[in-house]
Amino acid sequence: MLLNRKAAADLASADMAPAIEGRSLWADARIRFFRNKAAVAGLVVLILVALFAAFGSHLSAWSNEEVDWSVLGQVETMGKPSLFGGPAGDRPHFFGTDELGRDLFARTVQGTQISLMVGLIGALIAVFVGTIYGATAGYYGGRTDSVMMRIVDVLMSVPYMFVLILLLVVFGRSVLMLFVGIGLISWLDMARIARGQTLSIKNKEFVEAAHAIGVRPSTIIRRHIVPNLLGVVIVYATLLVPSMIIYESFISFLGLGVQEPNTSWGALISQGASQMQYGTLWMLGFPLFFFVITLFAFFFVGDGLRDALDPKDR
Amino acid sequence: MLSFIIRRLAVAIPTLLFLVVLSYLIMYAAPGGPFDMERPLPPAIMANLEAKYGLDKPLVVQMFNYVWNVVVHFDFGPSFIYKDQTVNDIIAQGFPVTLTYGFWSFVVASVVGMSLGILAAVYHNSWLDYLAVGISVGAQVLPNFVMAPILVLVFTLWLGWLPGGGWQGGQWQYIVMPVIALSTSFMASIARLTRSSMLEVLNANYIRTARAKGLPMRRVIFRHALKPALLPVISYLGPAFVGMITGSVVIDMYFSTGGIGVFFVNSALNRDYSVIMGITILTGALTVLFNLVVDILYAWIDPKIRY
Amino acid sequence: MNIKATLKLSAAALVFATAALAEGTHPVTGEALADNQTFSYRLLDQFPTLDPQLNEETAGHHVIRDLFEGLMIQDADGNLIPGVATGFEASNNNQTYTFTLRPEAKWSNGDPVVAEDFVYGWQRAVDPANASPYAWYMELASIVNAKEIVAGEMDPTELGVKAIDDHTLEVQLTQPLPYFPAMTTYATMMPAHRATIEAHGAKWTDPENIVSNGAYVLTEMVLNEYHTREKNPMYWNADSVIIEKTTGYVINDVNQALTRYKAGEIDHLEPLPDGQFPVLQEERPDEATSVPRLCSYYYAFNLRDGAKPELQDPRVRQALAYAIDRDVIVNQILKGGQWPAYNFAHLKTAGFEMPEIEYASMSQADRDAKAKELMEEAGVSDLQLKLIYNTSDSHKAIATIVAAMWKQKLGVETTLENMEWKTYLDVRRDGQFDVARGAWCADYNEASTFLDLLTTPHGSNDAKYSSAEYDELLSTSKTSDNPNEMYTKAEKLLSVDMPIAPIYHYANTFLLSSDVKGWPYNNAENNWYSKDLYRIEK
Repeated sequence: MLLNRKAAADLASADMAPAIEGRSLWADARIRFFRNKAAVAGLVVLILVALFAAFGSHLSAWSNEEVDWSVLGQVETMGKPSLFGGPAGDRPHFFGTDELGRDLFARTVQGTQISLMVGLIGALIAVFVGTIYGATAGYYGGRTDSVMMRIVDVLMSVPYMFVLILLLVVFGRSVLMLFVGIGLISWLDMARIARGQTLSIKNKEFVEAAHAIGVRPSTIIRRHIVPNLLGVVIVYATLLVPSMIIYESFISFLGLGVQEPNTSWGALISQGASQMQYGTLWMLGFPLFFFVITLFAFFFVGDGLRDALDPKDR
Repeated sequence: MLSFIIRRLAVAIPTLLFLVVLSYLIMYAAPGGPFDMERPLPPAIMANLEAKYGLDKPLVVQMFNYVWNVVVHFDFGPSFIYKDQTVNDIIAQGFPVTLTYGFWSFVVASVVGMSLGILAAVYHNSWLDYLAVGISVGAQVLPNFVMAPILVLVFTLWLGWLPGGGWQGGQWQYIVMPVIALSTSFMASIARLTRSSMLEVLNANYIRTARAKGLPMRRVIFRHALKPALLPVISYLGPAFVGMITGSVVIDMYFSTGGIGVFFVNSALNRDYSVIMGITILTGALTVLFNLVVDILYAWIDPKIRY
Repeated sequence: MNIKATLKLSAAALVFATAALAEGTHPVTGEALADNQTFSYRLLDQFPTLDPQLNEETAGHHVIRDLFEGLMIQDADGNLIPGVATGFEASNNNQTYTFTLRPEAKWSNGDPVVAEDFVYGWQRAVDPANASPYAWYMELASIVNAKEIVAGEMDPTELGVKAIDDHTLEVQLTQPLPYFPAMTTYATMMPAHRATIEAHGAKWTDPENIVSNGAYVLTEMVLNEYHTREKNPMYWNADSVIIEKTTGYVINDVNQALTRYKAGEIDHLEPLPDGQFPVLQEERPDEATSVPRLCSYYYAFNLRDGAKPELQDPRVRQALAYAIDRDVIVNQILKGGQWPAYNFAHLKTAGFEMPEIEYASMSQADRDAKAKELMEEAGVSDLQLKLIYNTSDSHKAIATIVAAMWKQKLGVETTLENMEWKTYLDVRRDGQFDVARGAWCADYNEASTFLDLLTTPHGSNDAKYSSAEYDELLSTSKTSDNPNEMYTKAEKLLSVDMPIAPIYHYANTFLLSSDVKGWPYNNAENNWYSKDLYRIEK
């Protein structure tokens, strides 16, 4: 798809660009991406975090739900992080324990699985649904645009908590429903941004030319509009990731999301934050650390992707 | 343009009606009602309460009465939970609060965010770029429910500079912390959106031409590059502004500001139907309004845009 | 009746009070008073109303008690003392009460408080048009025709209360009720100022409209932020009121509230963050306190037809109840002076004799062993349970720990599910659970307020426990001279049938600035009045 981008910028006959050239453009983008040190570092961090989520549980002698009875009730002193086993037990809590004496390392590993999924799925739904919806509304314009965007306005204003509560009551609780809940809201802003850009792009010569030679609107959207939106879309998607990860804890508050003993970064961070005055800062520190490095990683990968896919930026 | 505005305002009416009907249906389908308590009320008392608040009538009649009262009398009804208050009272009290801290957050977030974004783009890949990106990412690192208690610990308990919460009619001491806590993540988003779209614009041919002609950088940026670069930022700012002025429950809860945000969440949790509807309509109207403003700004930025 | 004696005593204290106040020392204790006589406290949430007749919860009641005064009020120990009434006479076998009102009592606008104001207020409480959610309180008080009026079968004016003259109020009851005067301390039975209410409608409680007869008047009211109440110069006993102004700040987040307490922004914080009481008590021994609170926390087992079959076996329920180590919950999670509970009614309930429950006296190791035995006897293994609770950190903590105990000791797999409050009520009422978290707080200080919950028709009997024997015990207790006998039997029956597993009896933990005195620590219902507080010189 992207292959046409460069050609499109230069020529009106963009969509006739041969496919072979495209492959070299992809390769080009890959080369440029890997030349960007920050982006590569971000990618490495993301991979490490994913590995942590996938295999971290093998490193800990504790599960995410086991209560260390020797720690319960005296977490401030006995629940501290330790590499070689606490004063009471021989199985160490690398990240300390939570306020109920459960191993924070195991809980962070498990929370990472949920939160990474939430972040990625939220971002993907936003990118696919939001971009296509917005580009379609913007390209067709007129009444179509008006109806489609008023629907977005309504969805933005509907009391969302009730939608979530209804989801819970009607479909019951499952991780799938959590993603539905996230997906329902994540694409709305993206649709508005994509539509705004499309309004401007569709007046560009290459789009008008494509239109003039009779290319079907859906093809124009797919091959000319969407590729030109990608820069903004990628940056906005990386902005969405942290807010979706935090948003998950609110959905769980209503009962729809993750249930105890399972957890997520949002839940761990808010739990840790509420305890931060009481001498148990590690409860905030470890989950926040993972949240933060992931956030940075997504930003740099996003920026790297944007730069790499922008043919003008050499 | 005028006819466009009139058309859009006309469309707003069915949009809001649709919003009302949809919200009503969703709200009533959700389990629990405003008078459900730990201790179930005796049926006779429940019946009296339902009669008093009109809940004994069929849903269609309730909806019709509601819309009628809103349209004809601009009366959003009594709150079902706050028995001494009407929805009009609650909005009249809470909305100015939210509007104040939301507006200042918006100003701070957009001014700082855009400046950082422009700096970062113009000095792409220099230390200034990294610094600006670092600040904007750093601002998003602490979710506001972590930042709020930290701010209060530092500025209230340790330094004793600012009161730990409250609003007191909006004196500046009470506004500072809510604005910091609310604006940072928006600021970060604005900075990064500005940076990326500015970068894109700066690489466009006409900018390259302008620079090649030897125009001073400052002039290139402010005369030629800024306007088109703002397009995606403005798409973001419309809903973001509505989000900020219709309140943040985190801000209201942690700083006891008494804004709309805490009313909205509490009334949803309490099933205070009339307050939910009132705030939903307010949010809906503002969303429609500011998206119209955004569309007008689009036309100003890119005169080729037609609706 | 000891009332008369108390009356004389407090009258004497009054005279004394007026004389000493001018000196800047407390009239009774002689402590030096601070110049600044203000008091501030934290509210968790905005109270829904200040209309005494519409009120139904505690936060509003704390304010209403300051703003309005009923016939009788409570002293620091929870004893009944005269309020607007100087005394009362019971006649007709405790079915007719005649209250004498003090002539000097005034509304904040200067109008005298007359018996008609009480008649009007009480009629408002039962009037269907007013739809008070607390109308059942008047039915509970057995006032003649209350039930019929609430049901819409009679006119509110037919309520069994009438003004004989301006200072004499007569109440007719449908059954003998020795504790009726104590009920007049609650908001529902406070007087109402007809002219104000008729002039302003629902807005009559706004600071600019409200006319009240208590020690304080409402001066500011900002929803979800704060309210202030200031000394009412028209109050009949205004001379003995020391605190000039009380401010209530709404602070939703308890940790934030603690920070603000530490910064000196509020004088009183209740309750304390979960598990923080011991630390705060060590840091601030003069300020942190734990007092009993008449509520009981329990897990209900679903006994409906079609519910989990294993749970229908009392031995399984016993095993589950035995396996809960309540000491761990009380001492290692809550840490606020709560009591482990093996029976339902709160141990500090007035006049309640704690029953001797068999498993209460066992050691936890014995209980665990017994639990395993019971499970084996019942032939149950691989039990899987769904435990529901409403979203809250402490409910979550207890559910997590109990699930861990059941798993470790009995091999029971428990799935936890939290929900927001209203969904939770709905789900629990529908019986979509195996085990549900519950708590019950006393409506009045007597054990039947707890034990009635498990009678068959009770609306909050979410376990759907139904035992003819239990129902019989509770209904005989109502007319018995020694209800404790029935209560003990009922509690013992519960410990065998185990429809609910009691977990703990509540305590209230709070912080109070050390210079604020006069707090009613011994008032079991936590009914504090700003007029009794004072601030000493530091």
